[in-house]
Amino acid sequence: MLVSIYRYNPEVDEKPRMQDYEIELPGGKDLMVLDVLELLKRQDPSIAYRRSCREGVCGSDGMNMNGTNGLACITPVSAAAKNGKLVLRPLPGMPVIRDLVVDMSVFYKQFEKIQPYLINNSPAPAIERLQSPAEREKLDGLYECILCACCSTNCPSFWWNPDKFIGPAGLLQAYRFLADSRDTATEERLANLEDPFSVFRCRGIMNCVAVCPKGLNPTRAIGHIRSMLLQRAS
Amino acid sequence: MVTNVTSFGRSGLYDWAVQRVSAVILGVYFVGMLAYLVQHPDLSYTQWHALFSTTWVRIVSLLALISLCAHAWVGLWTISTDYLTTYLMGSKATVLRLLFQAGSVALMFIYLVWGIQILWGV
Repeated sequence: MLVSIYRYNPEVDEKPRMQDYEIELPGGKDLMVLDVLELLKRQDPSIAYRRSCREGVCGSDGMNMNGTNGLACITPVSAAAKNGKLVLRPLPGMPVIRDLVVDMSVFYKQFEKIQPYLINNSPAPAIERLQSPAEREKLDGLYECILCACCSTNCPSFWWNPDKFIGPAGLLQAYRFLADSRDTATEERLANLEDPFSVFRCRGIMNCVAVCPKGLNPTRAIGHIRSMLLQRAS
Repeated sequence: MVTNVTSFGRSGLYDWAVQRVSAVILGVYFVGMLAYLVQHPDLSYTQWHALFSTTWVRIVSLLALISLCAHAWVGLWTISTDYLTTYLMGSKATVLRLLFQAGSVALMFIYLVWGIQILWGV
């Protein structure tokens, strides 16, 4: 199989290039893209990429495979490759540190902005803050995000304004805390989201939904935030 | 919270609502106009003139014109802050963006006044 990989080492290279590798894949099984990378790294130890759990939980190996963002460890080669060719690039729109490794600082900055933790200043009960099953259910489809950045780096609004638009991943988490019955900072959270960029840069094109490896729906969460803002203002 | 902005009301919610409401008004207006044109295949100047001589048609047309201006402003402002940014093209972006926004506002103002003149001039 032909594998084309984006190569860039700022210490040595003037500009990025695509490097082709020919690799013999073991027959009888459908490898994951990460497995192919591991095999290639034996061939060429200079290839750089992030990986950790290799089962779609840690979110380290988010990358662009034949034009689509996803996690290399849970994407089968058969699903990613087109015409017998696998093209691997770093997540789009992010500064490249080396090869497939990108600088995620701006992504984490946006995550930090939405205060991704429970805010409740009332005295803590002796054991725990209780939730009814119905209240807990509201967090389903929100808390599962692993912050792999596949969605935000697939969003043109995030490409153009990564410093101002929070992006789908951050907004999914913003709603996760807005929807939490135990959180008491709803007003403060909403006030921080009302400007023209943080939430409203979303044009609802659903690129985020199309690539989320966990099958989550940030566009729906953003819609809920908009409704909450509208309710608050009217 | 992002505060260094020059949108209508410095509120994304307000811009968003303006864009949605104006879109509905424009949609209804143009569908209504289209329906009128379909119903009058042999439309004469006299009929067209009579239509626009009624006050309510003028009021509705003015509402559509204002909606168009507001809708276009939110859209153009968004485009200018997507593509004419310091992030994409360095410091010259601010000048370019402000010129583009000022030009857009001027053009919309001209169209609005001109539109009013046409509506009440027939």
